[in-house]
Amino acid sequence: MSTMTDTDAQTAATRTTQVYRVYIKAEPERVWAAITSPEWTDRYGYGGRIEFDRLEAGSPYRHYTSEAMRAMNAPDVAIDGEVVEVDEPRKLVMTWRMAMDDGLAAEGFTTLTYELEPRPGGLTRLTVVHDLTGAPRLQLLLSGGMEDEGAGGGWAWVLSDLKSLLESGSSLGGGGGPQ
Amino acid sequence: MTDCSDRATDWHPEPPTGWVDTAPRHVTNWSPIIDVMGRGDDGDRVFKALADPTRRLLLDLLFTQDGRTLTDLLAGVEAAVAMTRFGVMKHLRVLEDADLVVTRRSGREKRHFLNPVPIRLVHDRWIDKYTERRVTALAELKNELEAQA
Repeated sequence: MSTMTDTDAQTAATRTTQVYRVYIKAEPERVWAAITSPEWTDRYGYGGRIEFDRLEAGSPYRHYTSEAMRAMNAPDVAIDGEVVEVDEPRKLVMTWRMAMDDGLAAEGFTTLTYELEPRPGGLTRLTVVHDLTGAPRLQLLLSGGMEDEGAGGGWAWVLSDLKSLLESGSSLGGGGGPQ
Repeated sequence: MTDCSDRATDWHPEPPTGWVDTAPRHVTNWSPIIDVMGRGDDGDRVFKALADPTRRLLLDLLFTQDGRTLTDLLAGVEAAVAMTRFGVMKHLRVLEDADLVVTRRSGREKRHFLNPVPIRLVHDRWIDKYTERRVTALAELKNELEAQA
């Protein structure tokens, strides 16, 4: 947490660190795959393939824009950063910068943490903690405040979609995973 | 389930205005139970948690300033209604039980965060269903899955 200044305290909807939690009926290994493998990341939320040089601390990664975004002249890379900590399949920490927009890229690298905890009944409790200190525009975007402008519903939307994809995949009898 | 399939063909998605493909992909409006927290409760806890003005006030307080301590939340509630520390704790427990509030330790302090995901799930399950914007979702997913196979 950053130290709040008077100005920050007066700003409406100050959400410096954002915390999102969802329960998904899938084993942690499947949820881990859904957030770290390109075949999966392309299928929910904002889409686009994620690519890690290596899934280990210090390794760079980039999350490419989806085909739909590139069709609208978006650059190739949507998000970039570095892996900070890996504890497969329980915890993944990475730096995170929105590279596809100059204004958002100027807000610099933020810190994103995924925590996966197995729960009884084959559930995974997925908690996303996004430290968005010093990134007011990203705070707005990722809390879904720009959904009406066609910018998607932020983390809540992404995680709702992820839950939907992982849970409905099995109910359709297709095994759920990309082949 | 409400049959709105006859209207599904009338609806055509507008092309996205931004870079983000917000085309409907959810299938939650097809399932009888949303299972917000994996407990098969169809959002019961969320609806119950929201059915109280003090708890909605607590969520509003966290919306305007997230990561508050109990003391901070108590001050915010007391500005609107008379309430004891114990009363606020009790309401916070209901919100935590519904996963609308997630707590995290920061040093010696326990901080409270608004978790909007359950509301989003309820929205996707109920609101969108009745606004009929996502009725083509299952067909889309089926096509996607079959195209991949």
